[in-house]
Amino acid sequence: MSTQVPEQVEDESASETVSTGKQKRDAKKRERAERVQEQREVEAAEKARTADDTYHLKVFRYDPEVPEKQEPRFDDFYVPYKQGMTILDALMWARDHYDSSLTFRHSCRQAICGSDALFVNGSQRLGCKTQLSDLSEPVRVEPLPHADVVKDLVVDMEHFYDQMEAVEPYFQTNSLPDGELEEQRQTRENREKVKMSTRCIWCSACMSSCNIAAGDNEYLGPAAINKAYRFAMDEREGEDMKQRRLEILEQEHGVWRCQTQFSCTEVCPKDIPLTEHIQELKREAIKNNLKFW
Amino acid sequence: MSQSYNRGLIEDFSRWREFSAGMWAWIFHKFTGWVLVGYLFTHIAVLSTALSGATEYTTTIQGLESLLIVRILEVGLLAVAVFHILNGLRLLFVDLGVGLEAQDKSFYASLILTGVIVVASVPTFLAGVTI
Repeated sequence: MSTQVPEQVEDESASETVSTGKQKRDAKKRERAERVQEQREVEAAEKARTADDTYHLKVFRYDPEVPEKQEPRFDDFYVPYKQGMTILDALMWARDHYDSSLTFRHSCRQAICGSDALFVNGSQRLGCKTQLSDLSEPVRVEPLPHADVVKDLVVDMEHFYDQMEAVEPYFQTNSLPDGELEEQRQTRENREKVKMSTRCIWCSACMSSCNIAAGDNEYLGPAAINKAYRFAMDEREGEDMKQRRLEILEQEHGVWRCQTQFSCTEVCPKDIPLTEHIQELKREAIKNNLKFW
Repeated sequence: MSQSYNRGLIEDFSRWREFSAGMWAWIFHKFTGWVLVGYLFTHIAVLSTALSGATEYTTTIQGLESLLIVRILEVGLLAVAVFHILNGLRLLFVDLGVGLEAQDKSFYASLILTGVIVVASVPTFLAGVTI
């Protein structure tokens, strides 16, 4: 019973009957235990630093609500490596073992929710899809560039979502099938055409990598244009709707802003050929305006 | 959200670390484009000396060609022009949607071809013109 330190603390505050001698002894014991604990932590940290199978992470930290963290800095974390460990795994380990205030978005951990796009070693990647073993140390983890940082690795996605909404990212059609229970069938060929574009998970990696989007806030961005492609190329929407979609896309800050730098295509975690889709929409827009035939 | 941190200049600089083939191609294309625009003005200035007679034009060209720096600059001009042409062709294919998956290779190819042509031209340019 005497080994249970927390209970004794409670006892002390509850009753005055405990002798001063015992109190002293307990205090000494506690001190010793604390010292041992401290030493262990130092040793563990030292061991982690020097061990071969740990990864050195440099993580961007910023928190407007804590005075000490208002000036952004990089924190070092030494994470023990397990086979198959991803950036997200390492961040979670660091959060659970070193600093519970380390903040980052994550949800599904299987590259489908699009929450954990991060700037890792100078390139936009999904945390859950990037193997630690593919990266050189120290692994630099930063929030996505070209977006305001809310806290640590969390960026403000509002602008990105606005651009996505601007292209009306949902199925619309004027020609409904006759029967009430009749399905809107798509041909296999047409499905193949839009297949890649449907894979977008709204992670904003492409938007963050795009230099044009960085300089021009009104530019729709690769993700939004790809979304528009998905519906503009869908034959079930009909001619009127395609016309409407092209009108949105061929505006000044639409497809024509793309300068084919291929940054978005390189970083897309779902391997969507974004530049290809943007280029195809450019050609569609021109064909639509020329109409010699 | 009460406050957010704008990374400002630091982030503007960090953007340039994300370079890949397509980005370099874009930068080089812009740069060579501006160099060619600049050259156009000097080109017009030199050509317009022909307005005041054939001998005037010949002496101007001879005077320019006698300077080593001009001959070296001509090699540079060729490099810029050749890259701009080759990358322009590459961009044409990109706009047509042909070979997009090989865009980085075509960029490297245009770089190498530019290098080869420029190296091959060095003796001719440095020898100068004898009129």
